[in-house]
Amino acid sequence: MTSSVEKTTGHRTWKKPPFIANPAIRWAIILGVLAYVVWAVTSLPFNWERIQEGIPRAIRIFKGAFPPDMIRGELVLQGFLESIKIAIVATLAGVMLSVPIAFAAASNIAPKWLYNIGRATIIIARSFHPVIVAILFVKAVGFGPLAGILTLTIYSIGFVAKMLAERIEEIDWGQVEAIRAAGGGTFITMLYAVIPQIMPRQIGLSIYQLDSNLRASAVVGIVGAGGIGSTLMNAFRRYDYDFALAITLCIIGVILISEAISGRIRRNIW
Amino acid sequence: MVTTTKNAGPDAIAEREWSRYTPKQRWLRFAMYGGVVLATVWSLSTINIIWPWLWDAPKQMGDLFSRMYPPSLNDWEMIAITLLETVNIATIATFFAVFLSLPIALIAAQNTTPNKLTLWIGRFILVSSRSVNTIIWALLFVAIFGPGVMAGILAIIFRSIGFIGKLLGEAIEEIDRAPIEALESVGASRFKILIYGVVPQVMPTFFAVSILRWDINLRESTVLGLVGAGGIGIVLQGAIDTFAWQTVATILLAIIGLVIVGEALAAWLRKKVI
Amino acid sequence: MLRIKDLVKRYGKDEAVLKDLNLEVPGESVVAIIGASGAGKSTLLRCINRLVEPTSGSIDLNGTELTTLSGGELRLARRRIGMIFQGFNLINRLTVMENVLSGRLGYVPTWRAMTRNFPQSDIDRAFQLMERVGIAHYANKRADELSGGERQRVGVVRALMQEPEILLADEPTASLDPKTSRQIMELLRALASELHLPVLINIHNVTEAKEYTQRIVGMRFGRIIFDSVPTDLTQDAMDEIYAGVPAEERGETGDPESLREVVSQ
Repeated sequence: MTSSVEKTTGHRTWKKPPFIANPAIRWAIILGVLAYVVWAVTSLPFNWERIQEGIPRAIRIFKGAFPPDMIRGELVLQGFLESIKIAIVATLAGVMLSVPIAFAAASNIAPKWLYNIGRATIIIARSFHPVIVAILFVKAVGFGPLAGILTLTIYSIGFVAKMLAERIEEIDWGQVEAIRAAGGGTFITMLYAVIPQIMPRQIGLSIYQLDSNLRASAVVGIVGAGGIGSTLMNAFRRYDYDFALAITLCIIGVILISEAISGRIRRNIW
Repeated sequence: MVTTTKNAGPDAIAEREWSRYTPKQRWLRFAMYGGVVLATVWSLSTINIIWPWLWDAPKQMGDLFSRMYPPSLNDWEMIAITLLETVNIATIATFFAVFLSLPIALIAAQNTTPNKLTLWIGRFILVSSRSVNTIIWALLFVAIFGPGVMAGILAIIFRSIGFIGKLLGEAIEEIDRAPIEALESVGASRFKILIYGVVPQVMPTFFAVSILRWDINLRESTVLGLVGAGGIGIVLQGAIDTFAWQTVATILLAIIGLVIVGEALAAWLRKKVI
Repeated sequence: MLRIKDLVKRYGKDEAVLKDLNLEVPGESVVAIIGASGAGKSTLLRCINRLVEPTSGSIDLNGTELTTLSGGELRLARRRIGMIFQGFNLINRLTVMENVLSGRLGYVPTWRAMTRNFPQSDIDRAFQLMERVGIAHYANKRADELSGGERQRVGVVRALMQEPEILLADEPTASLDPKTSRQIMELLRALASELHLPVLINIHNVTEAKEYTQRIVGMRFGRIIFDSVPTDLTQDAMDEIYAGVPAEERGETGDPESLREVVSQ
């Protein structure tokens, strides 16, 4: 290095420029976050005595849970079969219902009034956690798989119709014009210009949703909507932890298998 | 699309056949349709549904909604408090889950894991965390720590670790190797390469995934209370059990509001940070 | 002094990429390595700082045998060898200064690296070098906001921050436009003489190699088949090095004037 360079630079310090340039805003955010954390942790109603009992209790539960009890395999199998049936029926119903809803909710196809109805349907179907929907259906149609099917049908509509509507909005409009130019009516245009473009996505979504519904059916069962979730909940209610663990392990296994299968099929389609 | 020419020759055009699919494709499609029909028939015929209940369902639902109207504001204080509690459960749990998932993402990514054993430990943690739903985790923690927010927070942490860890691990595996090579060539240790080469590259994913998970956790924590793990779900369960449908309506509206605000906030944060 | 003896590199069971390669680079010389793609230029450079593990042979840098080092020893040796890359290999989301200071990572303790709290002497050196190559005003800009030529300058400064005993440059100008490319070559030549550094440059552009270096090494199929001053690089020698390679891929671009014309078109 030449000495002239050193003269011009001298001693210059360097600090990493902070993430947020304005120091006032930076400190306000840091202090705000800290204050929030302190307030949130102290304001939450922790029951410390009960939590302290937790560790020995956990040890007892896990001791009780090992080895997992597979004796009542019949019951687990029944639960899973019911979950699978719920998932199949709900997926089918959901996918079929989502096609018209998706068309209604696609801004490039539906007229404005229909579009608003379609979007609103999707938003309502999406805004509640399936467990909440399940509780309402259990109250309306009673315990059992029917409530599960209805819940998961709505759950499927929320997802499939939304994704499908987005796909419809992305279609190549040139193909639609081509069929119209050839003299096709609205229905023929849908059949030849729109459906072929969205079909691969629809099949992929359906398979994904089947997998998703199978997972969700384990959860909505906990509030009484049938399937393996109900079996699990009953085991927990009876403090039957070895059976509960066995069921949980089975759920994990089934979910992993189903995820692998659905992933493989979708990779082949797309 | 297939065209088969029966008599190859210049004037064979008239005799060409056209069909949409090859025979193999067609059989595959028929097999698929058949499979779907069979699965449906099997499900519907063996499932334990009392059909009159289904035909009755619209009336029952209508009845339910009519009893919900108008929403009652009698319990608004309790609802507000538990709504806030729900937000706090989601936020604190996401906060801890984010930090806990960092080391797990590192050992579960092939290019940063110290050895084969740690790779498998990391993947095992991620898979077991992801395969158990939040509600099932909550059941377990309610059994251990008793009903309350602790169980809810732990349930969300345990479920979120798998989600964040998996996406972050994948981001780590996809980083650009070039800067890492440069840092190796200057003689930086593994840890220094990690903080200079890996961390800056996965930072955007890290923020995006954390915000996304916070949004999901907000939804999940609204139902934790149904198994006794704190939040607004407890009030909801109480109102349903006492048939206070007008209060139920208020709670449901509050939950919708919370979810919408949460989604908007998450979208805004994502835009701000990334 | 860099001394490479009988260097062999073989990937798996394939034919060796480098075959019994011998090369000596005495202090303060700028050496260009030319050859068709696949001749083993890049592998040779990466064997020197062990980014690629040599199969056999010996590499000696100023009395240190590099091929047998491992772990911490290897890292200490690597910080004595600066490297410049074709794709710059900067950390895009970090600032220019952080990229430059990352050249000191072999020296500073971990806590300093983590907190970005580098010793004042490192920061002074960074500013001096950045002034020297004309990027000091970019110190707090993100690396991906810079142009190609500027980014390669960051790459050069990062390598110099290591206080290296030798500089390896792997196609340092291949990603740059002709004008910037010449500026970078000029810079490398000037820095080599200012800092008394030997520089080993893999280069595709034979014209630039001839103009900016004192010695040209031609490689073909993992062997050195030419090693002399630029004026000895006759058409025959070129044909031997690039036999079977189409003329437009040989990196012969004629005189710089015609090159500028090509660019301006």
